[in-house]
Amino acid sequence: MGRAERPRTKLVPVPATNFIPERDVDKSPILEARHLGIDFGGLTAVNEFDMAIGRTEIAGLIGPNGAGKTTVFNLLTKVYQPTRGTILLDGVDTAGKTTVQVNKMGIARTFQNIRLFNNLSVEDNVKIGLHNHIKYGMWQGIFRLPGYWKEEKIAHDRAMELLSIFDMQDLASHQAGSLPYGAQRRLEIVRALATNPSLLLLDEPAAGMNPSETAELMDNIVKIRDTFQIAVLLIEHDMSLVMGICEGICVLNFGQIIAKGTPDEIRNNPEVIKAYLGTKGEE
Amino acid sequence: MKKNMGRLGRLKKTTKVDFATYLGVTAAFIVVSMLRDQGVLTRSLTGMLVPICCYIVMAVSLNLTVGILGELSLGHAGFMSVGAFTGVITAMSLQSAIPFAPVRLAVAMIVGALFAGVAGLIVGVPVLRLRGDYLAIVTLAFGEIIKELINCLLVGYDAKGLHIAFNISGSLTIDDLNMAEGGIAIIKGAQGATGTTTIASFGAGFVLIMLSLVIILNLVRSRSGRAIMALRDNRIAAESVGINITKYKLMAFITSAALAGAAGALYGLNYSNLAASKFDFNTSILVLVYVVLGGLGNIWGSIIAAAVLYILPEALREFSDYRMLVYAIVLILVMLATNNPTIKGLFARLREKLTRGRKAEAKGGGR
Repeated sequence: MGRAERPRTKLVPVPATNFIPERDVDKSPILEARHLGIDFGGLTAVNEFDMAIGRTEIAGLIGPNGAGKTTVFNLLTKVYQPTRGTILLDGVDTAGKTTVQVNKMGIARTFQNIRLFNNLSVEDNVKIGLHNHIKYGMWQGIFRLPGYWKEEKIAHDRAMELLSIFDMQDLASHQAGSLPYGAQRRLEIVRALATNPSLLLLDEPAAGMNPSETAELMDNIVKIRDTFQIAVLLIEHDMSLVMGICEGICVLNFGQIIAKGTPDEIRNNPEVIKAYLGTKGEE
Repeated sequence: MKKNMGRLGRLKKTTKVDFATYLGVTAAFIVVSMLRDQGVLTRSLTGMLVPICCYIVMAVSLNLTVGILGELSLGHAGFMSVGAFTGVITAMSLQSAIPFAPVRLAVAMIVGALFAGVAGLIVGVPVLRLRGDYLAIVTLAFGEIIKELINCLLVGYDAKGLHIAFNISGSLTIDDLNMAEGGIAIIKGAQGATGTTTIASFGAGFVLIMLSLVIILNLVRSRSGRAIMALRDNRIAAESVGINITKYKLMAFITSAALAGAAGALYGLNYSNLAASKFDFNTSILVLVYVVLGGLGNIWGSIIAAAVLYILPEALREFSDYRMLVYAIVLILVMLATNNPTIKGLFARLREKLTRGRKAEAKGGGR
């Protein structure tokens, strides 16, 4: 099962963002957010959020707690409808779309507080991710017609293949809720990948992991990008991970972007150091 | 890490459990049929066989809504009622058209299922937007509304076809249907269905149970069933992987309603007199009790709970007036026993020992 070809839009000029990696520069960005903003009552949670992500870029979104990073994810996946601004996915405006539609268009995500289907097996969790790629209806399932057996076989093989990214095939029949924390985080990524996204949003993928697990996760994120040729946007507090694999970083503070650039630029940006990174002396 | 792995419960092979359920039900049917033919069963117990089948289907189908979809419905008897009365009307109208009773019964159950399914759709579309307590209250109201509607219904059948009148004022009688000579009254308002030819049989009940088991167990193990359980476990995550919430909620709700309708038709055709007040809030709660005590999402648990708890009040007859009191106490004891951590732990240990023993044997045999 290869990745289904999504119709590529006509090339649009890449906006003036300085961190889309070289290999993606002459392609239209997969995601473009323009002047994005949302108010909750009188509170402006995110304002004037501009960002473009290249088709095979690994981008990072960082900032102190409460800066609005997860809100940005919720805006991109339409958990919230933005008050202002537009989101273009592959050149297509996502205004008025629902979470389900946006997922079908190619955005998949994981959650900061893990949201697995705890009572189901690991394999079923991945198969639920494959839901829209399994082609048989309710009656075929109830009466176990040939379509059921054929599609379930494909789904099983595909699920095992996806689980093998994190060497989790052996856990396939375990209950998802009984997995150790790190494995649950990895399973969430596998489930998101199963929906065949072109943009993967990871909300604190390394939270609760030890340094060696984090290092492994970094390798795996790069591996995922390379094999699936997709873009990854991640929120993370672990600076070794962010600086290690992100090609472009966006820093958010109080709902505003305070800096964008490559890891080196961000590391040396005085404003970022003041708001988030801190100086060596403080640590 | 290794220590952790040992503690993770491996899920059972689900297909094995399904087959055990089918086998168990079939075996129970054969044994009970044989006992009945030998005359071992008392008269009252023989009379309970069909209703037991109906309530097993009710419990299994409600388990789809409550256990597998995870939404509380307090109006399941309403769907049973819709199925019962449409089933009775169908069977009585087709008496001359289909003289062979089993076929007529099958047609009546299919019609009952269809109408209950449509009722499920009509209730489900607005109601499934609500969650938790609100859904429970609206389904409760639905059950009561259906009961009152049927209380006002006058239905008769003659050579020209069906005559239906809606008796809101209470002044109409069956004579107002203006039926031709030889017409029969099928439903007489608050009196309900009277003079029904009883064509329900234990065999039909068994077939219906098997059919609902096949539908529900296979549904649960399919793509649609996984989607239904996904939105029970985590609605937000289910949406994030592209699962259409409304579609799958409705699918579960309508399937559940249709099965209740088929059970209702069977139930209605088991009694010559049946009033709408039979399918009230108490009946909904009774079925819910079967589901909860049998275990949410546990299909064979529902079957056993429905069968045992339906017979229990009858078996407690010797307590005469204190019958329902004892019944309530038994329910509480069952609940305590099944939720007791000590007893649960005991069972878990037993199971572990058994499986370990088997594994050790298998290893030994391999060498």
